[in-house]
Amino acid sequence: MNRPLSPHLSIHKKVLTAVFSIFHRFTGIGLSVGAFLLSLWIIMLALGEEYYGIFRTISTFFIFKVILFIWTLAIFYHLYNGIRYLIWSYGKMMDLNLVYKTGYVVLFLSFISTLLVWLAV
Amino acid sequence: MVQFALPQNSKIKKGIQHPIKEKSESPKKIVIYRWNPDDNENPRLDSYEIDLKKCGPMVLDALMKIKNEIDSSLTFRRSCREGVCGSCAMNIDGVNTLACLKPIEEVNGEIRIYPLPHMPVVKDLVPDLSKVYKQLASIKPWIQRSKKPEPSKSKLIEEIKQSPKDREKLDGQWECVLCFCCTTSCPSYWWNSDEYLGPAVLLQAARWVNDSRDVERKNRLREINDSMKLYRCHSIMNCTRSCPKGLNPAKAIADLKKAIVTEI
Repeated sequence: MNRPLSPHLSIHKKVLTAVFSIFHRFTGIGLSVGAFLLSLWIIMLALGEEYYGIFRTISTFFIFKVILFIWTLAIFYHLYNGIRYLIWSYGKMMDLNLVYKTGYVVLFLSFISTLLVWLAV
Repeated sequence: MVQFALPQNSKIKKGIQHPIKEKSESPKKIVIYRWNPDDNENPRLDSYEIDLKKCGPMVLDALMKIKNEIDSSLTFRRSCREGVCGSCAMNIDGVNTLACLKPIEEVNGEIRIYPLPHMPVVKDLVPDLSKVYKQLASIKPWIQRSKKPEPSKSKLIEEIKQSPKDREKLDGQWECVLCFCCTTSCPSYWWNSDEYLGPAVLLQAARWVNDSRDVERKNRLREINDSMKLYRCHSIMNCTRSCPKGLNPAKAIADLKKAIVTEI
C-alpha cells in the first residue's frame, strides 16, 4: 500500500519547548566550530608576529565582532540550558509551566551575561 | 533517518473549496487534509465554511457537522467525544490534541486540521497506528508475576494487594488513553520511529515498571536500557506540551533513566 506520510515539520507549530531544544543543538554545533576557530587563533599566535598580524586585520572587521558576540551568546545559552538539562536528569522542574519559566530564565541570563562580558572588555 | 522533506507521493496539493451557502453571522473556515487511497492522487487540502451558530463548541462537533451536512466522504476516527477513548487525536492549529477536547473558539482565524504528524495515512485524518501498537506490545503492558503461584495456606489463589501509597505511584501514568498525540509530536520520534519507542510507549513502560504488584521491574528496566529504544529522548518536551490529558511523559522518561542508573 502506497500510503502517504502525513506532514510534520512544515505543519507543526514551532512550540517553544522544541525551539529551546533545537537552539541547544545549534549552539552546540556552533561552539564546536568555534573551538576549531579558537585553535586556529592559537596556531596563528604560535606562528609569530607575521601570522598574528593576519588575525589582527581580521579582528578589525565589523562582522568579526558580530560573530564574536553571537559566539558569546551561544556559550552562555548552551551553559545555562545545559544546567537546565542537568536538573531534568534528576526528574526535577519538569512541570510544563516550569519548563517554560526556566526557558525564559535561560534566555534572560544568557543575554545579561553576554552584555556583562562585552561591557567588561 | 532525518528527512525534512515529504516524499513525492505525500506532497500536498490544492483542494476543493466548499464556501458557505446561506448568510451567516459567524462563519468559520476549516481547512482539512484529505487523502483517498482509491483515486491515486496526492493528498490535498479541502476547505469548508460552517456557521458556528449552528455548531457545537468543539472541533469534533465541527468535523461531524461537515461530515453530516457538507461532505460525507470526510473520514476521521471518533468515539466517546469526551477525551477518554483517544480516538480523535489529530493535529489542530499546529498542535496534536483530541478534537473532542479542543474548543473551536481557541483557534483564531481558519482552523487547519491534519492527521497526526509523520505517520502513514490510511485515509484523510486516519493515521496507521500499527507500528506504535507493536511498540506498545514490546514493553509487555501487563502485570508479570513469578511463574510459580505463591504458596498459600488456603487453596484459593490469593488476591494481589496494593497499598494506597503504592497505587499513588501510578498516578500520571494510568490515565494515558494512548491517543499518541505525544509520540507524534516528538521530532526525535519522527526521525527514529523504527527503533525509538516514543513518549507514549515509554510512559506505559514506566506505568508497569512502577507497579508494586509486578515482579519484573529490573528486567523491564534492562530491556528498555538501549541507546535507541530509550535514549533517543533528548527532553525536547513536546510530548508534555501536547498531551491532551495533561500528563508528563518526559518526566516519566527522565525517571526511567534515573531508575536505570540507580538500580541496575
